Amino acid sequence: MSKGFFSGLLATLVGLWSFTAISETDGVFDEYRELMGDDNPAIFVIYDGEEIWFTPAGPKSVSLAQCDLGLGPGVVEGAYAQLPRYFSDAQRVQDIEARLEYCMTHLQGRSPDKVRANAYSQRGELGTELEALVAWIADQSSGLTIAPAQAHAKERSAYTLGESLFYYRAGPHDFSCATCHEQTGRRIRLQALPNLTTHQGAAAAYSTWPAYRVSQGIVRTMGWRMRDCMRQQRMPELIMGSEASVALQTYLSVNGAGGSMAAPGLKR
Amino acid sequence: MGNWDPLGLTRRGFIKASSTLWVAATLPQKIWAATLRPAAAFQTTTLEATFEALGSVPKFSDAILFSTPDIAENGAVVPVKIEVDAAALPGVSKLYVIVEKNPNPVAAVFEVPPSAQPYAETRVKVAQTGKLYAVAEVDGQLFMTEKETKVTLGGCGG
Amino acid sequence: MASRIRIRAQLKDDYCEVKALMRHPMETGLRKDQSGAAIPANFIEDVQVVHNDAVVMQAYWGAAVSANPFLGVRFKGGAQGDVVKIIWRDNQGDSGSGETTIR
Repeated sequence: MSKGFFSGLLATLVGLWSFTAISETDGVFDEYRELMGDDNPAIFVIYDGEEIWFTPAGPKSVSLAQCDLGLGPGVVEGAYAQLPRYFSDAQRVQDIEARLEYCMTHLQGRSPDKVRANAYSQRGELGTELEALVAWIADQSSGLTIAPAQAHAKERSAYTLGESLFYYRAGPHDFSCATCHEQTGRRIRLQALPNLTTHQGAAAAYSTWPAYRVSQGIVRTMGWRMRDCMRQQRMPELIMGSEASVALQTYLSVNGAGGSMAAPGLKR
Repeated sequence: MGNWDPLGLTRRGFIKASSTLWVAATLPQKIWAATLRPAAAFQTTTLEATFEALGSVPKFSDAILFSTPDIAENGAVVPVKIEVDAAALPGVSKLYVIVEKNPNPVAAVFEVPPSAQPYAETRVKVAQTGKLYAVAEVDGQLFMTEKETKVTLGGCGG
Repeated sequence: MASRIRIRAQLKDDYCEVKALMRHPMETGLRKDQSGAAIPANFIEDVQVVHNDAVVMQAYWGAAVSANPFLGVRFKGGAQGDVVKIIWRDNQGDSGSGETTIR
């Protein structure tokens, strides 16, 4: 009983402390975000993504309209909110990026290496096909509940792998994702750091990617976000759609399950 | 995907969009000819030179309401809003958004015809922490309000 | 490609509020790409808001206006169903336009 009482007391104290920390920083952001309004330039990228989805491409000159994102061929609405998931045709768990790569290579006959090489915008670029597709597909899940499947053994093992990667310390700075993201009420400069080990923190983060990055003027995906976190940790480059990338996103989506999708978000 | 060129696609899309709007767009073409961009004001590199290019150093006026964030998460997109109290300062014909420490301080100029309210909203780049000025022109006289915006560098930025 | 401008025009008490988002990189000319080559300046210089064939706002912009620029203006005399049009031109001679009806 005393153990329960103490942990309860501790939780209350931590809760109070983090509340103060969050309200201080968010006061600053609130003013900024209020002035920003709800006009998100991601809308243009969403339109692009829809058009790309229906445009024939690749050596086979077919569109992605028959791509199965988990809810059946061509069903886009609601698909993003249920990813990552196990796909029997690919025999692996895939996030949206891995799945799009699968459809581009299998349906359209394109080279997987090229798909991966052009996944994310490089400096000076105004957006890639993959970023546009992900923006549109995520928008088609807007307002829906984050509900990644965990029925298949490989889906559960993706979560476990994601969790171990989240806590895995490595690199010249002996860093892990958890170094920044397992405490509540912390920030780097003015950026609030979500506690991704909690439902609230994971849901807030997962539901708002992909996002229009105002500093870059383009839409970035959750896979890119993972890769950039790895880069900031001085880890080897995370490969788009790889087992590690999918596992980390599975960890986040399962922790955030039940939250409501609100992507594409608007970020600094 | 390797061949996909976002700019090319945008251009193609634009051609499509412009052809449908071509008829409607002929009228404004005429209006363009009547307008004149204040090119010299956009090329100054200091606040002093900017005010010189505008004709004088503006007087401070409480009639200009200027909203900018105290702290911006990123200098690439800083929301600005100018609203002039028309009862206190009637007859505004132009509004300027000036960013003190940018390479070229003048960011935007708005010509306000009598049918419009002296109101303008946009988002500007702010190179570094410094003052932003909202300037209103009335019969060749300049009035202004200033506001400081701190620009922070982003963290990881989830 | 989908439209390069998004406009909303809404009737308020005694004015019409127009909010527009334009798709444009607004390059300053000071940035470099991945290979280190300078990206040429490319920004919208002129924007007009037109209501019933009359210009209700004329804006001149520099490269300091943010990428995918936002414009908010208010004018008098609008009625529901009226057409509001926005036309822009950039320093490279490209242009774009879009229109909406007042809600």
